[in-house]
Amino acid sequence: MEQANLIPLSQITQGQTVKLVKINAGRGLRMRLASMGILPDVTITVVNNRHPGPFMISVKGTKVMLGRGMADKVLVQ
Amino acid sequence: MKKITVAIAGNPNSGKTSIFNMVTGTRQQVGNYPGVTVEKKEGLYTYKDYKIRFVDLPGTYSLSPYSTEELVARRFIIENRPDVVVDVVDCSNIERNLYLATQLMEMNVPMVLAFNMSDIAKRNGLQFDIASLAELLEVEIVPTVGNRAEGKNKLLDAIVKTAQKGRVTREHRVHFGPEIETELASIEELVTGLEPGLGQKYGSRWLALKLLEQDSEIIDKVHSKELKEAALKSVKHIRGVFKDEPEMLIADRRYGYISGACQETIKTTVEARHSKSDMIDAIVTNPFLGLPIFLLLMYIVFQLTFTIGGYPMGWLAGLFAWSANAITSLWPADTAQWLRSLLVDGIIGGVGGVMVFLPNILLLFLAIAVLEDTGYMARAAFIMDRIMHKIGLHGKSFIPMLIGFGCTVPAIMATRILENKRNRFTTILVLPLMSCGAKLTIYTLIIPVFFSPTWRGPMLWLIYLIGIGLAVVCIRILRVSLFKGETTPFVMELPPYRMPTLKAISLHTWHRGWIYLKKAGTVILLISILLWVGMNYPKPKAESLKGLNSHQVRQKEISNSVVGRIGKFIEPAIKPLGFDWRIGTALIGATAAKEVFVSQMAIVYAAQDSGESHQSLSEKLRANYSPLVGFCVCLFCLIYAPCVVTVVMAKSEMNSWFWAGFQFFGLTVLAYVITLIVYQAGSLFAGY
Repeated sequence: MEQANLIPLSQITQGQTVKLVKINAGRGLRMRLASMGILPDVTITVVNNRHPGPFMISVKGTKVMLGRGMADKVLVQ
Repeated sequence: MKKITVAIAGNPNSGKTSIFNMVTGTRQQVGNYPGVTVEKKEGLYTYKDYKIRFVDLPGTYSLSPYSTEELVARRFIIENRPDVVVDVVDCSNIERNLYLATQLMEMNVPMVLAFNMSDIAKRNGLQFDIASLAELLEVEIVPTVGNRAEGKNKLLDAIVKTAQKGRVTREHRVHFGPEIETELASIEELVTGLEPGLGQKYGSRWLALKLLEQDSEIIDKVHSKELKEAALKSVKHIRGVFKDEPEMLIADRRYGYISGACQETIKTTVEARHSKSDMIDAIVTNPFLGLPIFLLLMYIVFQLTFTIGGYPMGWLAGLFAWSANAITSLWPADTAQWLRSLLVDGIIGGVGGVMVFLPNILLLFLAIAVLEDTGYMARAAFIMDRIMHKIGLHGKSFIPMLIGFGCTVPAIMATRILENKRNRFTTILVLPLMSCGAKLTIYTLIIPVFFSPTWRGPMLWLIYLIGIGLAVVCIRILRVSLFKGETTPFVMELPPYRMPTLKAISLHTWHRGWIYLKKAGTVILLISILLWVGMNYPKPKAESLKGLNSHQVRQKEISNSVVGRIGKFIEPAIKPLGFDWRIGTALIGATAAKEVFVSQMAIVYAAQDSGESHQSLSEKLRANYSPLVGFCVCLFCLIYAPCVVTVVMAKSEMNSWFWAGFQFFGLTVLAYVITLIVYQAGSLFAGY
């Protein structure tokens, strides 16, 4: 099952690169993320993951900061 | 001479502003889009036979209906039908930036792509086949370097050429796949049949697409029930087939289209991706160094604003004092003394009192512009987010709050760095609780009168702390009541560090200064005159002033004036706080500017206001009030209604008299309740 090995982005350690699979959020939020290039199938590199602060990722060559709550909703592989 | 209108669109951080500055020069007009506090900049430029009006649209990642900025940008393009839309693209980050371009293409507007920061892209090893890409996207593409004004004439040529061509139907367009295309086609057909007017205005394919995306703004415009139901049916069908929202699928296809176009036309020659930006980030967002570096920078900003700014502020104050003296001494002794008083006390005192802060405002916004344009501001938000998030605000809110300790007015102006309305309003509403410099003058008068030297420091510290504590409580209350909602869908781009250009920074600073000056010259002038009238009229009868010295005359005048009478009138109401009518009068006068409290108290006690110390006033205060009352005065001044300049600025930044009034009265009520509790409890314990 593909669903089984999905992990929230917030648990990925600094420096790792993962593939985004699914975003568990409302339409508005998902579209906002999509407009910034964050949508299923893109590759994400975690640049900074300081517990419990916000979260910094690199996607399509841009650095983006995500709130921790949001990083919980982003499921990756 | 032909006139054309050009809208400039683009992602945040794409260098859109630098392109706007490049094509318009320094002659720019700043205002707001109607009904919202989204800044609108316009500029005129004459090129060849064309008078070109440039309108800077807010920076957006897309044209969906989910944020005010996006709605504003979209509405402008639809309603005002600009002749050309220039989409500024950061071509070192091309795929994401072209997402907005695909949406503009769907709207079928005549478009020019400015491939900005082409120098950085080249350095990063990107090679563009611009001719093929332009052919594929059916637009003119011009490489530019906005902050070095490279590509200006080529861009203007492309704009003129595109304007001449007008609207043309595209041959290529994003293909959303057979399933979606079939649904699109059937909705499109219904649009043409049922809503021909809307179809004409928006383009039937675009309208059909928006209906599939369930775009709330567009759905509200459709009257035909049949069309709405058909669209909903299509949405459900697609949802059933793909197990996802059509909107997401459409977004996905747009990226697919972009990556297809890019694959054929862009080559990457270098793979090295570790840039200077990463190195700087490793230091300034370091868990241990990040916060100290941020606090140090904020300290420098504060020092720059209020210490260095103090010198030109002193010169300006001197200039106003000098002109006030000059008018007073040159004024013929027996003619129209009221006019002299109006000029000197009302206008120069009021407007001058506001104008002297101009150097601080300029310096502050200079510093903010540098922090923003270098890209550090986003990091500051990143660092402060953890703490501010706990309170219920965005990390960026910290900056206006800090500025609030200097002056609330620029702090309110600085809330423009917050994109989210809820965050912004909450921040503005609590900003007066950060004790500003003018309130400090009140504390420095009162505290030494009633407290021994060892207690003065802690007292002052306590007052500031109470302000911060109350602000935190108010934020929490506001965030669960009036401004409920997620703390912001928290996604923010951290742009690469860039060297700011002098032109961009000085323009930004000047715009802010200009807003401030305009306010001083209009609303604040009017309010100053009103307050002057209130404090001077009606005059007491001439015979009652016989035999009094000038201080006593002034005392008599103010107690007889409207403000004095109100002070007496409200005395029963403020008695439970330990205040008498004199304090009441001074408190009302202090809504003009907080430091007025001190001079008002001096006047009502007919005390020597001038001179280096308030010696006689201090003695009178000590004789008349207890330390508890002194503390309550400080407390009340900390919390109650902000000064009129703040009210005016809050109104214009929130675009609502209601919220400005809410702040004014809300804080006054809060001040009353808290002071009442403190005074009554204090009296009980101390037996005063």
